[in-house]
Amino acid sequence: MPLVQFTSNLKRFYPSLKETEIEAKTIDELIDQVNDHYPGLKNYLTDDQKSLRHHVNIFINGSMIKDRRKLKDEIQKNDQVYIMQALSGG
Amino acid sequence: MSDKRTLLISTRKGLITYKKNNTRKWSFDKVDFLGLPVSMAYVDKPNNIWWACLDHGHWGSKMYRSFDEGNSWEEVDAPRYPEGEEVKKDVPASLNYLWAMNGTTNGSTTSLFVGTEPGGLFKSVDNGNSFELVRGLWDHPSRKDQWFGGGRDHPGIHSILIDPKDSSHIFVAISCAGVFETTDGGKLWIPKNNGLKADFLPDPKSEIGQDPHLLVACESNFEVMWQQNHCGIFRTTDGGNNWQDITDKGGEANFGFAIAADPKNEKVAWVVPALSDGIRVAINNSLCVCRTEDGGRSWDTFRNGLPQGQSFDITYRHALDQDEETMAFGTTTGNLYLSNDHGENWNWLNHNLPMVHCVEFI
Repeated sequence: MPLVQFTSNLKRFYPSLKETEIEAKTIDELIDQVNDHYPGLKNYLTDDQKSLRHHVNIFINGSMIKDRRKLKDEIQKNDQVYIMQALSGG
Repeated sequence: MSDKRTLLISTRKGLITYKKNNTRKWSFDKVDFLGLPVSMAYVDKPNNIWWACLDHGHWGSKMYRSFDEGNSWEEVDAPRYPEGEEVKKDVPASLNYLWAMNGTTNGSTTSLFVGTEPGGLFKSVDNGNSFELVRGLWDHPSRKDQWFGGGRDHPGIHSILIDPKDSSHIFVAISCAGVFETTDGGKLWIPKNNGLKADFLPDPKSEIGQDPHLLVACESNFEVMWQQNHCGIFRTTDGGNNWQDITDKGGEANFGFAIAADPKNEKVAWVVPALSDGIRVAINNSLCVCRTEDGGRSWDTFRNGLPQGQSFDITYRHALDQDEETMAFGTTTGNLYLSNDHGENWNWLNHNLPMVHCVEFI
């Protein structure tokens, strides 16, 4: 199953967050599954219209996803998915 | 005499609490949400529920509530725009900012309203367990084509006033659209902007497109409302049917964001003015507070205790509050000032806070 890893900054809000194997074929499915493991986390990653938030990035095996709006990038069973945040602010 | 003993200060780096002791001395108590921007705090007094609105840079706007006066907080699902909604054509609507809260309790039912950017008003009748978009305002025929952002990317509701005698009678103020009134609990909304001016529009008297920075009402006479507007200060004595320009032409009380109305005396209000919309610092780098006691015919300016000649402070719209003779305001440069004589003399409580978004006595 694809392995999902998270930015450590999310642990402030989800202390039990850890890398997790998720059964999913696309990124939107993966986020739904992640939300089952960590209720509410989906709202941290996507906006009201289910698009990726502006300052969140998702990588599949090191490559940034292409479809930020509908999250239909495909995932293979041995892929590694990284959920990151952009570094900004002060 | 003032009896409120807590001051909640929403800042760019957390929610800060000051407490007043028995000798009327205020001191720093604690900070919640350290490092996180808090756009505003609100206390539902009948139910004693505290609310904090967060504006994460990365993770979106979040809402927290506390049933034990801020000792512990729990996150609740923030209002969400329904799937498919648009700010305007091809611009998806998504919660950008939590900018106003107000509520009313009738018997066992509390209605909690939340104003947001990009222009949606949300209502909860279950203490924030769920929120529903107030369709009557969102579907107003002027919204998609005539509302626009002022300071923020999209239109935002920053003021919600509920008639103490009739909870179905509500005003909201929107930057930029103007003041809207409903008398049926939110189904039908009527613009109430006659007499305002918007110098930045081709037609300054346009009914839609005005920029009230903050709308406040006199608690003892809801017909009397005040607004610090982008283009001056205005007052109505007939429930918003007509607005009078009470700007101090040539004086300090002109541009600004914050305004406070005396809850008992309908002729008294305060503003914390700033220099022009293009510059936005304290006038002559000297911070002052202006007060009218005659419904805006004249304004007095108070400077004692405030920095003169070296200030760059701006006071945001929700960062001024009053409790009887006590007043407080916070600024963009992290200053927090307090007055115990209706704003005539000021003392500083802190010079080293983060940017202050909202100040509230509870």
